[in-house]
Amino acid sequence: MTDSEYSKRDWQCHPPYRHDPYKSTSLRGPRQPLVPIKHTLSEITGPIYGHGDIDPVDSDLTRNATRGGEALGERIIVTGRVLDDRGRPVSGTLIEVWQANAAGRYIHKVDQHDAPIDPNFFGAGRFLTDDDGRYRMITVKPGAYPWGNHPNAWRPSHIHFSILGPCIATRLVTQMYFPGDPLLPYDPIFNSTPDVKARQRLVANFSLDITEPGRALGYEFDIVLRGRDETPTEQ
Amino acid sequence: MLKQTPSQTIGPFFAYGLTPEEYGKSGIWSGILVNDATKGERIRIHGQVIDGAGEPVTDALLEIWQADHDGRYHHPSANEKEVFQGFGRRSTDENGMYSFMTIKPGRVPATQQRKQAPHVNLIVFSRGILVHAYTRIYFSDELEANNSDPVLQSVDHKRRATLIANRDESRAVPRYNFNVHLQGRHETVFFDV
Repeated sequence: MTDSEYSKRDWQCHPPYRHDPYKSTSLRGPRQPLVPIKHTLSEITGPIYGHGDIDPVDSDLTRNATRGGEALGERIIVTGRVLDDRGRPVSGTLIEVWQANAAGRYIHKVDQHDAPIDPNFFGAGRFLTDDDGRYRMITVKPGAYPWGNHPNAWRPSHIHFSILGPCIATRLVTQMYFPGDPLLPYDPIFNSTPDVKARQRLVANFSLDITEPGRALGYEFDIVLRGRDETPTEQ
Repeated sequence: MLKQTPSQTIGPFFAYGLTPEEYGKSGIWSGILVNDATKGERIRIHGQVIDGAGEPVTDALLEIWQADHDGRYHHPSANEKEVFQGFGRRSTDENGMYSFMTIKPGRVPATQQRKQAPHVNLIVFSRGILVHAYTRIYFSDELEANNSDPVLQSVDHKRRATLIANRDESRAVPRYNFNVHLQGRHETVFFDV
């Protein structure tokens, strides 16, 4: 019944399960080789959801959790397109984002970092791509964040992105980084992908065109998912 | 061809973004996949996520995707009258435990001649996992279907048991126990989906 498959995961782009500089992989990354699977309906289908699930304010993290004041920090606009690897737009797909506040503090219950919580900033949002695959969010630039991976370890500023895509095979969770961040060369998570060029695709581009005068700096971040192979493999 | 955007770990702090009901906000998905209109046998899929030291993984995210009672996925190309969404999402608790309230899925086509055994697709995310890991949950009381399932039969027979959830009839809602071992002697089979 399978009349098409999605392109394979490109393991030159994606990180390995074991990456020693990132210490948590040592007990958590699977060790056995992955078992190959020929795509069936199970892999090439995925959940649907409607615009009714999404509150429009949830693309503006500076306003979606306000308690009467404005979120603190440097306002930014992040926009881009979700494409498949054939360059076709992925429309109507759900993006969920979460991030630290401008001081580098997550609202998460177990975050112990000694930096202030912003009462007007929750740090999570969700939105759908339009017909052209484009999304647009407003937030504040997240701060750097210390972690226990190695002495004096700091995560570079980053925004977590979760993208569903058309089916479970296209599922992607990734992180967006900022250009020129001096912490990038030291970050074992950013550097876990084997291909240097692939790594650079995780760094957004600053854009004066997207920047709104007197309001917010603009960044562009495109995301490429696995695409559907048009060649029928079985009839 | 464009190059794929690399995966990165979900990290330890995803819950307020992906399972925000834990923070008093509405989420899109939960661990309860059934409502009064859902057809099929109610089951609970229950288990623990365990790391290579045998310790519970208390900050994992699990997503399931499954067919309905008749073996159909609720997908844009499927019949719009379907009421069963088929997608669930839960994070593990302080003991590394998770639980989904769902139905037992029907058999999904594999090829024109064959059907797959009933199964639930499971995706595992956590801090320390740089690319989410895909596995499948099969059912211990589907011996005959399991024995002819092309995916299950493609797995080394010594590791097949890691993909079978054991049925427990001792509760009001039958429970299937399925632990996820990220490493070790009982490492769960993960697929290159």
